[in-house]
Amino acid sequence: MKSRVILFFLAFLVWMGLTWPPDWQHFAIGILVASFVSFMTGDMFVQRPHVLKNPKRYLWFLYYLPIFIWECFKANIDVAWRVGHPDVPINPGIVKVKTILTSDTGLTFLANSITLTPGTLSVDINQEKGFLYVHWINVKDKDIERATRLIVHRFEKILSRIFE
Amino acid sequence: MNNIMGMIFIVVGLVFDFFGCLGLVRLPDVYNRLQASTKCVTFGTCSILFGAFLMLGITAAGIKTLFCIIFLVLTAPVSAHALARGAHISGVKLWKKSVVDRYKEDKRSNQ
Repeated sequence: MKSRVILFFLAFLVWMGLTWPPDWQHFAIGILVASFVSFMTGDMFVQRPHVLKNPKRYLWFLYYLPIFIWECFKANIDVAWRVGHPDVPINPGIVKVKTILTSDTGLTFLANSITLTPGTLSVDINQEKGFLYVHWINVKDKDIERATRLIVHRFEKILSRIFE
Repeated sequence: MNNIMGMIFIVVGLVFDFFGCLGLVRLPDVYNRLQASTKCVTFGTCSILFGAFLMLGITAAGIKTLFCIIFLVLTAPVSAHALARGAHISGVKLWKKSVVDRYKEDKRSNQ
């Protein structure tokens, strides 16, 4: 039930954004569509509603955003340098890293963050054992522990505070 | 002022998009190409959309650009992940100078 209410408000917000400027006709249709969508698919949207109640998680998310955007910007400079260099200086390989995150949302965000940050692209996840396979454009270390420290640690602590 | 800022964001986005496409041509194998195209094209396109938002302000089109940014950031890495995993499972080999492939080793040891 909680999951349906949350989905209803999110869907309604997106609808109002898409039909800007506001108008009572859009408003009425929006309520109909959002309630239909949340009735049909609401039960699988939020599995753990208690996570959304804690205000600290939102503050950590706001703290995570600028770090993420800065890493993303660095990734772009890095790729532009590698591609623009006459020799194409790459040293690629797939390494294995460990993670302590277990929830679906947390793992999704971790994999997406890894993909958008310098030189790394997540290839597969083993959720039971907590392994991620990461394609690294410039392999600095093949060892699991040290690769984990280089790739995962800058996000893991913040993400575990947001989603676990 | 907003117009000038918007122009700057759009030009930065165009430069990164260009490097992403250049990477698609110059890098050797599927995985490296995915790296270049995902990172540069996501950030470059978000930058272009944000520049468009600054120029348009809070109007019907301006708010849609913000939604586009959110959906692009959420979906582009997922599609790259799906492509890389699919390529590896269907047997696309890494570049011949690649250093290590733990994924293949683990798949072999599981069989």
